[in-house]
Amino acid sequence: MPRWLAHLIVLALLAAGCGWAFSRLDNTWNWGLVWEYRAAFWKGWWMTVAVSLAALVVSSLIGIVVALMLRSTWPLVEAAARIYVELIRGTPLLVQLLVGWYVIAAAMQVGTDYRTAVGVLVLALFSGAYMAEIFRGGLDAIPKAQIDSGRAIGLTPWQVLRLVVLPQAVRIVLPSVAGQLVSLVKDSSLLSILSVGEFTFAARNVNSATYSTLESYLPLAAGYLALTLPLSALSRWLERRFRYEAA
Amino acid sequence: MNLAIRGLVQRFTDPRTAAATTVLDGLSLATGEIQALVLVGPSGGGKSTLLRILAGLDVPVAGTVAFDGVRLPTDEASLLRYRRTVGTVFQAYNLFPHLTAMQNLFLPLVHVHGLSEAAARERVREPLARFGLAAHAHKRPAELSGGQKQRVAILRALVVQPQRLFLDEPTSALDPEMTAEVLEMIGELKAGGTQFVLVTHEMGFARRVADEIALIAAGSCPVHATPTEFFDRCRDARVTTFLQRNLQA
Repeated sequence: MPRWLAHLIVLALLAAGCGWAFSRLDNTWNWGLVWEYRAAFWKGWWMTVAVSLAALVVSSLIGIVVALMLRSTWPLVEAAARIYVELIRGTPLLVQLLVGWYVIAAAMQVGTDYRTAVGVLVLALFSGAYMAEIFRGGLDAIPKAQIDSGRAIGLTPWQVLRLVVLPQAVRIVLPSVAGQLVSLVKDSSLLSILSVGEFTFAARNVNSATYSTLESYLPLAAGYLALTLPLSALSRWLERRFRYEAA
Repeated sequence: MNLAIRGLVQRFTDPRTAAATTVLDGLSLATGEIQALVLVGPSGGGKSTLLRILAGLDVPVAGTVAFDGVRLPTDEASLLRYRRTVGTVFQAYNLFPHLTAMQNLFLPLVHVHGLSEAAARERVREPLARFGLAAHAHKRPAELSGGQKQRVAILRALVVQPQRLFLDEPTSALDPEMTAEVLEMIGELKAGGTQFVLVTHEMGFARRVADEIALIAAGSCPVHATPTEFFDRCRDARVTTFLQRNLQA
């Protein structure tokens, strides 16, 4: 059976199942009312894109630095990185956002104008812990002989990192980073609890204004899928491409 | 070149168990004025460890090394400068897989020795052609055979015009045919006047190419001789046992 046909069959079954469930629903659809709020959805969707991209950039930087720290021979540096990674990965993002905003940002007297910035920062710190493990894996995958070769031709340690290790590690981790971006897009929905005007926050507002819950949240699912499906495809494509290159 | 090693000691400490292993145990060796020194000996005897010290990649715990009367430095900044004057080739994984053969050659020329891309291109053109690699210059290492990879690796060490080469078992990861093509290249370098220190298990080649042969075993250098003495006249049990085992392998 060709792959596209298999996909089509599964999707058809899924649609039938969902169609049946929705048909049993005693609900008067009110799409017209929600349609009037399309500008809010659109604005929120772009905010989600922007927040995710910003968090991706910051968390990549955090990830690289923390990955290097995890490999450090200095016990204090390694311990700091390890504890950061385990604390972040072991606690819910929800709690991190609440603590980050209502405790830490409040203690530092950060104004409410900066809620988006704080949200992005907490999201980046959250994602950075996962990035660090991804990058550490990528760095570990570079054979020590490569570093020796770099030193042998007279590269400085910084040049070995920049010209030899990082370009290879980045290729190895790209598929996982694209996968992490998928999580990041969905995780950014939690920023709505800080009233950051992203996609989920927009849907919540539309819901409270129209009392049309499904009409507000179903577009939300579609909007996230529009972002995450291409990213998943990109991740798989990168994975295939890297396999061919390494063969 | 003239190599003088005195009381070289190298120890490695396992970071987990803190147990120390002595790999070089007061090794001393003084060569005459030679072009090619070949190090042979059983695995784990310390050949590669010695070569890494000679190449300025590791610093010994104790002892001194001098080439032509000039002592090797022990601080990293001076060692970096020293490494820029020599070339080193390892068993395998020498080439950077994300760069083409040509870019691999460019890396030291451009980033270490400050040549422009155009000057680097000019510098590598003739050697690439001479060693039959011109047609492969734009391939990535994954598209090259093992023998081609090692020849590019040797070329990368050569194009910076080093004072001497260090070759650590450059053929041990290759099949016989590819071994032959790499050895042929090293033979040509010998004929062309390049100075080198070579670690190898290829005894026939060692005999042909070496001016002096040193047996490295159990962290020291018990025997050091010309090829004829080493292979034909040496009565030392360590040499005869080693050669015997090598024949059986």
